[in-house]
Amino acid sequence: MSDIISVEHLAYSYPGVEDTPGVAVFQDMNLRIEQGSFVAILGTNGCGKSTLAKHFNSILLPTGGKVYVCGIDTANLDRIMTVRRNVGMVFQNPDNQIVANVVEEDVAFGPENLGVASPEIRNRVDRALKQVDMYEYRKHAPHLLSGGQKQRIAIAGVIAMEPKCIVLDEPTAMLDPRGRREVIETVSRLNREKGITVVLITHHMDEAAKAQRVVVMNRGVVAADGTPQEVFSQVELLHSIGLAAPDTVELCWALNREGFDLPLTELDPEACARAIYETFTKEGRI
Amino acid sequence: MLKDITLGQYFPGNSPIHRLDPRTKLIVLVVYVVALFLAESIVSYLLMLAFLLTVIHISTIPYKSIVRGLKPLVMIVAFTGIMNIFFYNSGKVLVKFWVITVTWGGVAKAIQMMSRILLLISGTFLLTYTTSPIALTDGLESLMKPLKKVRVPVHELAMMMSIALRFIPTLIEETGKIMSAQKARGADFESGSLMDKAKALIPILVPLFISAFRRADELATAMECRCYQGGEGRTKMKLLHYRRSDFTAFGVGAALMAAICILGQFGL
Repeated sequence: MSDIISVEHLAYSYPGVEDTPGVAVFQDMNLRIEQGSFVAILGTNGCGKSTLAKHFNSILLPTGGKVYVCGIDTANLDRIMTVRRNVGMVFQNPDNQIVANVVEEDVAFGPENLGVASPEIRNRVDRALKQVDMYEYRKHAPHLLSGGQKQRIAIAGVIAMEPKCIVLDEPTAMLDPRGRREVIETVSRLNREKGITVVLITHHMDEAAKAQRVVVMNRGVVAADGTPQEVFSQVELLHSIGLAAPDTVELCWALNREGFDLPLTELDPEACARAIYETFTKEGRI
Repeated sequence: MLKDITLGQYFPGNSPIHRLDPRTKLIVLVVYVVALFLAESIVSYLLMLAFLLTVIHISTIPYKSIVRGLKPLVMIVAFTGIMNIFFYNSGKVLVKFWVITVTWGGVAKAIQMMSRILLLISGTFLLTYTTSPIALTDGLESLMKPLKKVRVPVHELAMMMSIALRFIPTLIEETGKIMSAQKARGADFESGSLMDKAKALIPILVPLFISAFRRADELATAMECRCYQGGEGRTKMKLLHYRRSDFTAFGVGAALMAAICILGQFGL
């Protein structure tokens, strides 16, 4: 499979204001994201996750190294619109990314900017709203919707542009548990059914566990990269960065320190409970 | 208190007036306003009133809502009336008192001016009551398109207007939150002199402005991410179309104008 996004020796520092020096976020960052994959990017605050995301669609341009999207250099300003229509972005605060005061008008905003013909915009808007399960709310005012619903509208607004990839920058940080579930279910369905590449930047381990691949970032470099099982079993590494593994792994890890021999790869609570039960019976503790 | 702020309140509906193209409604409103200023006699005013009442009737907007909308303007209307009674003198003197002279002509003028203002405001209310803000913005953008030739940023103005409308409820909600937060820390917005009350607003306005700028920054990034690059090469999901009912409305507007002009010719 080909790479949809490839980051090669990326260096970036935020420019300083007046006399203060700039802040270097990346010195030599490398990352490849395969077409059609579902990748979660984890990291503590200030590790450069959001800065990285902004490089994926030319909002920020590298000060050194290259970022390629579908083989196009993001620093090539002539093709910036091609980059942006292929990589859609969803941000943390749903209120600050909704432009229009009717749901369907907001979803139409992207295709309108691309100069798509009117009847085709109508089709795309209806399709996008059905895909995120918000079709019956198309005439509503966005400020009357819940956070999870607003975030799904934002996702619909992105998929109406028919991108190859969606980058979500902490889309669930401001949502309640129900809203979080709605958003994560929507993006994983889009990934499964439509083959859209999903890059999910998050703080929540349980959300990252739903991805096919987890990338852990620390101080501008990749600290761990692999399947959720591979990454989360490195509990000591996660702790040293200031992150926690999912609850199931944390539990098994704590039990192992008491002398048990449990696998650190169970992410599902039920499977984890079964593993603990089996180990306990085997060792004759129950 | 904050709940009361409404701007161009829209009554969703499906009457023939609601279904008219927003451009038609804007144009007919302009014709109506001009006719109102040309109208002089009682007959002309009655004609204008009949026109307004017919439109209200077709629009199915309850008369009560129109009256409620007029309430805050009672002071202005009353002031206009009083000014005209006291300072416009012609015809038979009714009352003479100190420096004030009230004449028959003054009373007539006052009534005329008051009815003019009331008819004017009810007419504009009818437009905002029957047209959604977004349709209104689209209509204005489309009507002002010729001004692009003289470099008026028509698309940008329309965009600014619709974003402003979009963020009014969000900012009102935010103001409420900031006020609660300041109250929780002992701020007092109710008591004290007018000066104290005005000063108490500063701790609300400063955070509100900062957060509005932050929102604006994030919104701009989000718009850029969605390929916004100004009005150039932009299409619209909903295109505006004049239909047969729009031409009927134009016809009625023209007839109204003609009738007022003809009545004016006969001194009526």
